[in-house]
Amino acid sequence: MALTLSDVKRIAHLARIEVTDAEAGQALGQLNDIFKLIEQLQSVDTSGIEPMSHPLGGSQRLREDVASSTENREANMRNAPSQQDGLFLVPKVIE
Amino acid sequence: MFEKSVAELGRALIAGEVSAVELARLFLERIDTHRNLNAFLDVRPEVTLAQARAADARITKGDATPLTGVPIAHKDIFVTRDFHSTASSRILKGYMSPFDATIVERLGDAGMVVLGKLNCDEFAMGSSNENSHYGNVLNPWDRSAVPGGSSGGSAAAVAARIAPAATATDTGGSIREPAAFSGITGIKPTYGRASRWGMIAFASSLDQAGIMTRSAEDAALIFNAMLGFDPKDSTSVERATEDYTRSLDLDLKGLRIGVPQEFFGEGLQADVEKAVREALAEYVKLGARLIDISLPNAALGIPVYYVIAPAECSSNLSRFDGVRYGHRAAHYTDLIDMMKKSRSEGFGPEPKRRILIGTYVLSHGYYDAYYIQAQKVRRIIADEFQRAFRECDLIAGPVTTSVAFGFGEKAADPVAMYLSDLYTVPGSLAGIPAMSIPCGFGAKNRPVGLQLMANYFDEARLLGAAHRYQQATDWHKRLPPLVQSDR
Repeated sequence: MALTLSDVKRIAHLARIEVTDAEAGQALGQLNDIFKLIEQLQSVDTSGIEPMSHPLGGSQRLREDVASSTENREANMRNAPSQQDGLFLVPKVIE
Repeated sequence: MFEKSVAELGRALIAGEVSAVELARLFLERIDTHRNLNAFLDVRPEVTLAQARAADARITKGDATPLTGVPIAHKDIFVTRDFHSTASSRILKGYMSPFDATIVERLGDAGMVVLGKLNCDEFAMGSSNENSHYGNVLNPWDRSAVPGGSSGGSAAAVAARIAPAATATDTGGSIREPAAFSGITGIKPTYGRASRWGMIAFASSLDQAGIMTRSAEDAALIFNAMLGFDPKDSTSVERATEDYTRSLDLDLKGLRIGVPQEFFGEGLQADVEKAVREALAEYVKLGARLIDISLPNAALGIPVYYVIAPAECSSNLSRFDGVRYGHRAAHYTDLIDMMKKSRSEGFGPEPKRRILIGTYVLSHGYYDAYYIQAQKVRRIIADEFQRAFRECDLIAGPVTTSVAFGFGEKAADPVAMYLSDLYTVPGSLAGIPAMSIPCGFGAKNRPVGLQLMANYFDEARLLGAAHRYQQATDWHKRLPPLVQSDR
């Protein structure tokens, strides 16, 4: 399997990363090299083997359903690129 | 004084031979003297000195721990209230966290004094520290060599004795590889032992914090304050706290050290093999037994890793959207365009590459073939470790195939760079504790590391075996030429 230039552009769009044609071209070669490496996995017989998502297994630990103290809004918003009245500002989405 | 270990500094502080403020000034001065190594990204003497004054007050009150007043520096993957937290990325330039990472908080509670934040590969993605937005870190042993990555700043700082200890993180070898390349001690604990709260996420099922020090004894001391259950981290393991120094006097007589044949195959450079074989012979002299073991699918670790890590990274890094924090592009047409441009400008080439791979392997129609298949092979590799640990107590081998390489040697070829993690990735996939200790020098007088791995939760024995080796040898006490000339 080899990716094409349009695959790279489609993936980049899904990942919300803008790529120029030159960048996509460069990425194409590198990604195909990496996928050649990854392809080795296809020949491994994994029938009957459970996927391993956590080294120690077990189920997700849940906390008690109680309110916990929250950090203050001002500190949490200090790094916002654009804000007003305690709200994050973004370009208009709904006309 | 700057050559002293964490243990020695702690004792000197309690005995009143030196104050925390004096130590802070000494190391801040060393940071400045060696700023051309580019190990530090943010240094704020007023913050450091305030912490040192508080440590001194605590010592005077008789309320000190063995770590109170001892300086430490944090990899810039841990968020901090008092210093910038950037993950060495442009996208987080100038970011000030509203809270401290649990690891930072715990070491602060023990009284450790923070010297600043350390350079690393962007989002901890890399094996040479060449992926930092803020420039390369130089290897203190040889400035034409990489310090290793991703914890390159941590490794260089400890190697150059500009910090007695440094936090680090390991996803596929980011503690052991730079520790080996920089001639210091580096250890990652069992996955789940170190809190990931406030550790900027890369690949959540693999990311684990650890420590870089001059010696195994120092690492054990710091682990006592650093590790333990954290309810804020959903993958943190609930276990009682333990004393990681308890086995430092481990009797090596009869200790079974497994030597995986797969770690001595094609690709391993002769100079590294020689130093590692000599270290194994030293263990035999100390009473240990070497046992041939096999990890037949260890080499598949690299392809498994380069599916799982990018997949999880593409998910974790989706939070950087230019809305709530981080870089936002100056010009854009609409919301999606703003996100695309912000991310494109903010991320460097390696995170972008991994986000693209990850997005692809998780996309519709490919998820089972790639991600699930990789998780299955991950289990095969982890099971092989469990079989091996039925025959041996520890596993030993090389950390890397070669000594530190030069700048630019692998930077243009991602696959060549990825293969430098060949011996470290399997332990990360299994989630077992693993470390690198200095065991000699190879080509161009660059350091060689010995890798030691243990089964889950067996850190104390792992540290004990490393400590005994360090009592019998002096590789960990060797100083890079630039430090020798400081004396």
